[in-house]
Amino acid sequence: MTDLPRRVLAALGLPIVLVALWWVLSAHSSSFFWPPLSEIVAAFPRTWTADPIMHDVLPSLARLAIGYLIALVAGVALGTAIGSFRTLRALCEPTLEFFRAVPPPVLIPVIALFAGYTGWTAKVITIALGCVWPILLNTVEGVRSLDEVLRDTARSYRFGRTSTLLQVVLRGSSPRIAAGARQALSIGVILMVISELFGANRGLGAAIVQFQRSFAVPQMWTGIILLGLIGVALSGLFRLVEHQTLAWYRGLRQAERGA
Amino acid sequence: MTTVSTVTEPTLDRPARTRAPAGGRWREPLLGLLGLAIVVAVVEALPRLGVVNGRFLPPFSTMARALGSELATANFWTALGQTLGGWAAGLALAMIAGLVVGVIVGSVPFLRAVTASTVEFLRPIPSVALIPLVVLMYGSRPQSALVLVVYASFWQVLVQVLYGVADVDPVVRDTARSYRFSRWSIVRTVVWPTALPYVVTGFRLAAAVALILEITAELIIGVPGLGRSIGVAQSSGAVAQTYALVIVVGLIGVAVNASARAVERRVLRWHTSVRRDL
Repeated sequence: MTDLPRRVLAALGLPIVLVALWWVLSAHSSSFFWPPLSEIVAAFPRTWTADPIMHDVLPSLARLAIGYLIALVAGVALGTAIGSFRTLRALCEPTLEFFRAVPPPVLIPVIALFAGYTGWTAKVITIALGCVWPILLNTVEGVRSLDEVLRDTARSYRFGRTSTLLQVVLRGSSPRIAAGARQALSIGVILMVISELFGANRGLGAAIVQFQRSFAVPQMWTGIILLGLIGVALSGLFRLVEHQTLAWYRGLRQAERGA
Repeated sequence: MTTVSTVTEPTLDRPARTRAPAGGRWREPLLGLLGLAIVVAVVEALPRLGVVNGRFLPPFSTMARALGSELATANFWTALGQTLGGWAAGLALAMIAGLVVGVIVGSVPFLRAVTASTVEFLRPIPSVALIPLVVLMYGSRPQSALVLVVYASFWQVLVQVLYGVADVDPVVRDTARSYRFSRWSIVRTVVWPTALPYVVTGFRLAAAVALILEITAELIIGVPGLGRSIGVAQSSGAVAQTYALVIVVGLIGVAVNASARAVERRVLRWHTSVRRDL
């Protein structure tokens, strides 16, 4: 098997070259904005010690998780209801189109009017409200484009309501739900960060902006890199979950394409 | 017909075509209008009945009046122009960069293999992570917004273009090669039509993302535009005006989505996913 080393080389080659380039080019950099990479790397363990991880990073991630899960549950539940009833769908569609089109960061000033913007609640609500639209609309689409034959088959076999819902409706629309959930995740990360930029706060986003305001540039870079790593890790985690739950769908697609 | 299977991927989040509605063709639009009217009525009633404090959620009529007086000010139109200008410039740059890089990287297998991991790594990096950097470099000048918009929408376009170029039917490409098509004519007559549905999907996604980042930059960094106006209105306690501007931004979003779909239908009118008679 000569294939594996070549693939590893292809996957790691360019990133290594890029990091090396960054390292070499910035080595003697005296630019204020682009400190040497060695300095950033050295600042990393000093900046992200146990205390900021406990009080900034983990709370941010917890808020993201809570808001995202609320959005997922609410979006799938509402989306299934709206998608299943034609009249309800026609009634809601333009309204949903409008709310979907409102850029989610705009929610922050509005929520700030109600709840102020210091506690957890306002931030979690922001994340949940921002994430819910792509999930909701994709669920509606998924439920609506279900195969009629599947539905009728389930009826002929006298599936109960619950098992039709779980086995046919939700299962059948899960590829679309996953597509919506993926969009929602990146919106959630954005909102996690910017919800902390309003008012005096703690959290990952707040910490990074604090470094920027105090002109601690290498520390700020460590924050940017940490955020990037979190983004990559979350999307990797999402893929893993998606890979597990949608295995049947990929098999189906492959079979259809092969035929 | 391999083209039939190719469109399922990029059109995942396009609304499926509706079957003919049961009660005449006006039923669904009318129901939709009714839905909007209900929302407006609820927003009007909640503060008037005292369910919600009118300081937080003014009645809809108050918002509409604030919107009306807002439309009469020159500041509003300047801000609107700044927002749309920044959005369009960033989107255009991202489209050009995404297309050029995508077609080149996508058509050379070596480049594709080498860059795949880097693209997968850089793409999920949230563009808002760059906010502190652009603030240091450009402050609240429009360049800040431009960097964020271009970074965020570039990946949307690039990834779709890469999918699209990879989707070219090998038989068609080999045929073109056997007929000694030049590199350029292969790109023009084989790669481009295959990739076009993906490009258009990328455009639609990028248009929405670009608007989000433009507004974010205005709201958070204070780049001139509607987002900043919202922030100013909110912090100065002009509640009705805040809602009015949020409504305007939402309408811009609706317009962006609708026009992106119109572009999609127009550019792809030859394509099986859009043609009705198939």
